[in-house]
Parts: sequence; C-alpha cells; structure tokens
Amino acid sequence: MSQPKETTQHTLIVAFVLCIVCSVIVAGAAVSLKPAQQSNKTLDRQMNILAAAGLTSGPMSKSEIEAEFARFDVKLVDLNSGEYTDGSDYGVAASSYEQIKAARDPQMSVNLDKETDIASIGRREHLSQVYILEENGTIERIVLPIRGYGLWSTLYGYLVLEGDGNTVAGLAYYDQKETPGLGGEVDNPKWKAMWPGKKVYDENGNVAAGLKKGGVEPNSPDAKYMVDALSGATLTSNGVTNMLHFWLGENGYGPYLSKIRGGQA
Amino acid sequence: MSTKTKDILIDPVFNNNPIALQILGICSALAVTSSLQTALVMSLALTSVVASSNVVISLIRNQIPSSIRIIVQMTVIASLVIVVDQILQAVAYDVAKQLSVFVGLIITNCIVMGRAEAFAMKNPPLPSLLDGLGNGLGYSVVLIAVGTVRELFGAGKLLGFEILPTINNGGWYQPNGLLLLPPSAFFLIGLFIWALRSWKKGQVEKADFKMAPQTRAQEAS
Repeated sequence: MSQPKETTQHTLIVAFVLCIVCSVIVAGAAVSLKPAQQSNKTLDRQMNILAAAGLTSGPMSKSEIEAEFARFDVKLVDLNSGEYTDGSDYGVAASSYEQIKAARDPQMSVNLDKETDIASIGRREHLSQVYILEENGTIERIVLPIRGYGLWSTLYGYLVLEGDGNTVAGLAYYDQKETPGLGGEVDNPKWKAMWPGKKVYDENGNVAAGLKKGGVEPNSPDAKYMVDALSGATLTSNGVTNMLHFWLGENGYGPYLSKIRGGQA
Repeated sequence: MSTKTKDILIDPVFNNNPIALQILGICSALAVTSSLQTALVMSLALTSVVASSNVVISLIRNQIPSSIRIIVQMTVIASLVIVVDQILQAVAYDVAKQLSVFVGLIITNCIVMGRAEAFAMKNPPLPSLLDGLGNGLGYSVVLIAVGTVRELFGAGKLLGFEILPTINNGGWYQPNGLLLLPPSAFFLIGLFIWALRSWKKGQVEKADFKMAPQTRAQEAS
C-alpha cells in the first residue's frame, strides 16, 4: 500500500468494502439455502403430525413422509362457529396458513381475558388449521394443533382424535422446553402410549380429559378419560390438563367437535 | 510439519486449552453438552468458524486500520456464523433446532474473538489456520468429554443409542437427572480442569492473594 493505513480515507474504504463483501456472502448463503430450509421445516411439521397420529413406524425417508402425509386433507376451521371455511374472509388459504403468526396478528386473533385463558396463550387465532384423514368417506383421524404454557415454556403439539371426535388417537408435542427428565417426559413414548383410547368428553359433553396426580386407578371412573400425571412435574402436568380443557372447550375446538360428534361437519 | 507449526496446532488442546486454562466459552459449553450429538455439532461449528475467521482476518490484517479492528473482526465473525447457521438449518435441521440460539451466539464466543485479536492479527494465514483448528479442537475436547458424561449418565444413551437401559424403559439404570441440567456441566468442567491441572502442574495459577493468619481482637491498651 502506498498510503498509510491509519488515514480516515483508508479506514472508510476498508469498512465499506468489508461491509459489501460480508453482506453479499450472508445474503448469498441465506437465499441459496432457503429452499432446503423450507422443505426441512415442512417435513418436520408433517413428521410431527404423523407421529402424533400414530402413523409412523420408526424413521421414515422424505418421500415416505410426503406420501403418507398426502393422505391428509388440510382444512381451516373457524373456531368461533366451528364451521369449515376457505379462509377468504381473512385472506388466507388452508395450505399456506401460518397459525402461530396469525395468533399474534390483532386482525386474525382475539385477546383472551384471564378467566378464559386457562392455557396462558394470550391470544387465540380465529382460524385453525386441522388435518383430516378420510378413508372411504369416513373420517379416520382429526389432527388438532394445540399449545399452552407448562412450567418454563409454551408447549406446542398436536392432539389427534379418531373420527368420532371423542376418542384420542394420540397426543404429541413437537416443541417444548420443560425440565428434561421431569416435565420433559411429555415426550416419553411410554407416557404417550397411555393416551390412545381415552375419551375427551364425558356423557354430558364436558371436557373430562386430563392428567391425574398420583396415577389413575384402572377401575375408577376416571380411567376412561384421564392418564397418570408426570411424576415430579406438577406444573407441566397442570399445563397439559389446562391446555386440553382450553382447546377442547368452547373457546377452542368445542363447537367444531360437537358438530363432528353430531355427524354434521 | 516442523515442531513450531505442530505446536501451534497441538498446544491449545491440553497445554493452553481455551476452556480449561483461559476459561473462555463456558456459556455455550454449559448449554449444548446435554447430549453428545449437539456437543459434536457445536464443536464442528465453532471449529470451522474460528479457523476460517482466523484465515480471513489474517489475510486482511495488513489492511485493517487499528482504530476499527475490533468491529472489522466482529463483522467477519458474524458473517461466518450466519453462514454456518444457515447451512446447519439446511442440512441438519433437527440438530440446528436443538442448538437454537447457541450457534448464533458463537459470534460473541470469546474464543473466536480472542484468537482473531491475539493471533490472526499478527501472523500469516497458514499458522492462523492451524491456530484456529487447534483452539477449535481444544474446545471440542472439553465439549465432547462433558457431553459424553452427561448423556451417558443423564440419559443412559450415547448418540441416541441406549447403553445403560434406564428404569423408565424397563432396565436397571436410574438416570441422574441433574446431569441433564446446565449446572452439571459446571461441575464436570471444574473436575476436568482439576484433572488437567493435576496432570500439568504448570497450569496452576498463582494465588491472587494470601489469607492473613487468624487474628484476635485485642483490647486497646
């Protein structure tokens, strides 16, 4: 270099060139890797749904997951009325609807007051994406996204019901940061295996599903609806129970599921 | 390889370990070592960032005005970290999800900044590359050791394969849940440093001060 490197001019040139080069590299990486990242995200979500619905058998390849997931219909449900909708009222489509984002958008969601917000989610979106598996004209599986606060974090998951809108086919969380070994046991396959076959509503149509501290006696009336709470994780267990009560209740999928149970949806 | 270049590569592993001797990069070492897989990926990410940032900074070291050298280093490191993060999200999505913010936080990892400022600013690219790899390895050694202990005794598994069948899954091993929580990494790193300094006595630091002998309050005479 002919000029000394400590001059103001040189400093500005170095800063400018460096910024340009770095921004080109970063932008290039972000843009060129975007398709792969998107497909990873989609695949991850589909895998979670299949796992919750109990339709996975060990690790699956990308094409297997896609083929299996293609059997599901993606639909939008208006949570206020419980009816299917095409989303045009809100300018969204079923396949590209981003539910978590919608829950933060004042246009797309409703603020919950303290009494109704038992799952501590703050706002609830008007529309929810549900995944329906139909075979020969009858509904086999209904996959409902749910979320709610546990001890440390919001747990995101899917509750899968059978076609009657009352029997659980599976419950699985795909994102949670509860204490590993205690609340984190919501991911334990043994615990999850207790869910299939449980009923979520009692004879009067009230939400009865939940977790029971101290374990469920096999012959007690609760055994039809409840599973064992997670030991050492009272707050996470309460969170899961509250989340079920909220999402199955009148502010969640209650209106929709009552239509399914009545056979008219 | 001459002795000197070899020293640059090997020294940081045990003699001048960034975590054990310099006590840098502890935060991420606590957070990502709950399983061996995340520890391995984090080690790989940090090693590639520190090696490539050392090379880049060493290449342009004669152009960097000293008044803005720290921000120049930060810019280079931040760009590299973003690129690594993007690549991880594209090819290893599951692990990237588990590592969450900690890949991004490599930007503020003292090891990377420390090597850029202390070594790459003063040395040509090849030694800088070796220094970066060496320090990355030093970091990796600690992470892998801690990750192995935590996953094996905290979950009874290694890389997801069951080694010690746990009681929850019908085996005999009662896992130590503490090992899955971040504080356990503190204890393990402490034990690691203790073992290392017992082996290499030269690393024992001189006491900063000496306790005065016990004194007794005396009546004013």
